Amino acid sequence: MSDWVEACAAGDIDEEDVMRFDHGGRTFAIYRSPDDDYFATDGLCTHEKVHLADGLVMDDIIECPKHNGRFNYKTGDARGAPVCVNLRTYPVRVDAGKVLIQVG
Amino acid sequence: MTRGMVIIGAGECGGRAALALRDLGYEGPVTLVGDEPHLPYERPPLSKEAMASEAPEIKAIASDVLLAEKSIRHIHSVQAVAIDRAAHMVRLSDGSVLPYDKLLLATGSTPRKLPMPGLGSRCVYLRTFADALAIRAHLSAGNRIAIVGGGFIGLELAAAARKLGASVTVIEAQPRILMRGVPAEIAGIIHAAHVAEGVRILCGDGIASVADDGKEVCIALAGGQQIAADLAIIGIGAVPVTGLAAEAGLTIDNGIAVDAQLRSSDPDIFAAGDCCSFPLAVYGGRRVRLEAWRNAQEQGALAARNMLGAGEAHAAVPWFWSDQYGLSLQIAGLSDEGRSVVRRDLGDGAFILFHLAEDGRLVAASGIGPGNAVARDIRLAEMLIGKRAKPAREALGSQAIKLKSLLAA
Repeated sequence: MSDWVEACAAGDIDEEDVMRFDHGGRTFAIYRSPDDDYFATDGLCTHEKVHLADGLVMDDIIECPKHNGRFNYKTGDARGAPVCVNLRTYPVRVDAGKVLIQVG
Repeated sequence: MTRGMVIIGAGECGGRAALALRDLGYEGPVTLVGDEPHLPYERPPLSKEAMASEAPEIKAIASDVLLAEKSIRHIHSVQAVAIDRAAHMVRLSDGSVLPYDKLLLATGSTPRKLPMPGLGSRCVYLRTFADALAIRAHLSAGNRIAIVGGGFIGLELAAAARKLGASVTVIEAQPRILMRGVPAEIAGIIHAAHVAEGVRILCGDGIASVADDGKEVCIALAGGQQIAADLAIIGIGAVPVTGLAAEAGLTIDNGIAVDAQLRSSDPDIFAAGDCCSFPLAVYGGRRVRLEAWRNAQEQGALAARNMLGAGEAHAAVPWFWSDQYGLSLQIAGLSDEGRSVVRRDLGDGAFILFHLAEDGRLVAASGIGPGNAVARDIRLAEMLIGKRAKPAREALGSQAIKLKSLLAA
């Protein structure tokens, strides 16, 4: 499937930060890493369905704003209590200054 | 032969400790003893979303499948009644005996009892899932709920009760709600939110008497006011569960006294979570006891590491949160360490108060706002507090300056 959708402009997200993106009744989190790459995951924490985009990005880690569950946003791996279920990740590409994610 | 690790108390702290022992590669016996009939579960929802739902459900920390997978033996519905320190054995209420190499006491806390006569079946406390179910049965439209104590538990229950249509009166003996640990400015916002939702809040008046005939409670205040209710929920704080430790001769000091590694006065017995008092490194070793979910979780994991010999000192900054209506409050650090305050507005009515010590060190941050508006900056503040940073007041107060940029300084 090649259902790429435009999430935002590349400049909408600061380096080492995250933004919420809603599409088709779903919610995603789009990340810009400290080395200027873009990533996307499901938008809600797997612990209590809190929007991760309100959380803090440090290096490769997004931390849930509610209970500090941690994930590696590049791989979706859960990194310690209280989260134990990994986050789903999505392919991302940047095209002409736009961040596109494959929501599939 | 290895006797293994025994954990008394199967709440957040004990449950996390058991899992952490396995995550750290420990292969000996791990036994988790709890006096409730349930799997280890999260308590915070009991006064929040679970209470406001149609049918409260347990949010388990670990499923029985996971416990089995990790070879964690969970003994439930049983109390530990004695520790034989010389023999390294714990005796349980069912008569059985558990040998241990290291013992972790994660016995938690229990609601402080209202010290007066007259309380009956319509006066209740909240600690366990069973307590939550009993309370939930009374939270319906038309019922009158009196809440004694304007702390986090009482106010969260007030919000849940209003959501379910009950009429609610909160009785607080202190001049305002949330006197302990929450700045007046933030308490004022929470107070106003409750009033806007129809909660009656009575502050600054102590209780003279309680009459409970099993159908109705009548609370008389010192000032003469009478409050009649179908149920009175008492939330006036918690006391650490230290009986077992005290009987065993361990040092007690506002909880089971432990050192920075969470070790009690017996080197093979650790204590963690609500039940222990410990030196808080970030405030120069000030001895505190915290009743907080995150602390229980972190100390459970730290105790597990130190039971295996890590020798690691506690270094975390206290962190609390509360949800009421659409508002979320988060506090990092202990604000009573502060001598002055800088306010940072975040938009949408959200703001953070930074508490600074006399020498300019950031010692605490208290934030409130809709949803999780303050979460990220409180987390950054927590890191700054942990680093004992002395950020410029102007930087803290200006939305234009990212807090993250202060971390690198």
